[in-house]
Amino acid sequence: MKSAVIVFPGSNCDRDLAVALELVTGRKPEMVWHRDTELPDGTDFIGIPGGFSYGDYLRSGAMAARSPVMRAVKDAADRGVPVIGICNGFQVLTETGLLPGALMRNAGLSFVCRPVRLRVENSQSLFTSAYDSGEEIVFPVAHHDGNYQADDDTLARLESEGRIAFRYLEECNGSARNIAGILGSTGNVLGLMPHPERVVEPAHGGTDGRRLFEGLLETVS
Amino acid sequence: MPLFRAEAIGAGTPIISVGDPMKARVFVTLKSGVLDPQGKAIHHALEGLGFSGVNDVRAGKLIELDLDDGTSDSEIEDMCRKLLANIVIENFRVERLETA
Repeated sequence: MKSAVIVFPGSNCDRDLAVALELVTGRKPEMVWHRDTELPDGTDFIGIPGGFSYGDYLRSGAMAARSPVMRAVKDAADRGVPVIGICNGFQVLTETGLLPGALMRNAGLSFVCRPVRLRVENSQSLFTSAYDSGEEIVFPVAHHDGNYQADDDTLARLESEGRIAFRYLEECNGSARNIAGILGSTGNVLGLMPHPERVVEPAHGGTDGRRLFEGLLETVS
Repeated sequence: MPLFRAEAIGAGTPIISVGDPMKARVFVTLKSGVLDPQGKAIHHALEGLGFSGVNDVRAGKLIELDLDDGTSDSEIEDMCRKLLANIVIENFRVERLETA
């Protein structure tokens, strides 16, 4: 699997994501700078990392979503290349319109930084095939704007189309229907607030995130 | 609201400059029904300070644009839709300031 990790000014989980991808795929991802207008040839997976791209100016993810590289990411996503957006990456994906809804300030106004329990709601996706449906897992979260909101029609559609990938099993940030991660309409785009790349080896205190990348590797290659 | 700029020329004679840049103000507010935790916290703080009679608080943004002459309303609206507001959750209103 030839993966690319997008790097914006203010990204801070890009290295974590690259390390996790290398660990699982055995291949170092290409780090792609936000000003680049093309992805490396043959890129078959794109990761948009967490952090505070452009200092969260205007809205979290808003500036990054309009950066040159995101046009290439959008084109690749439209061609069916799998794209994952984690934390700030999820915010970037909603701001580009690749995923519906918006991520607003946490309901409790506090930055939330702790491991949270999640349920895998859909184990049929490109990203979740290594989990069991309904399985309970633990990923850490670290965000201020993770409160997922969308209009009722959108929420109903996400629900009926099986596009809610992960749900919080505990109160976290006020997200509608406890949504922690969603899939795009064609199934090849996943956005989630919790960080799978931070739980990929025992020294991290958990390995639940590793299977996300393993499952992906299996379906992509 | 009229806007003009006085510039000091020579011995402090103020003149109003012609061709001042056009300005617009963009007010970005959360759509009604969208939960506003910041507004809630401000409301709570106002009550804590002893201000009674505040029924609700909604927080938004004000963005001031300094524009070339001839920038059309539709261009400004385009700016709002493409970047300044996230129309999934926010409304926007544009107020143009005419130069004197």
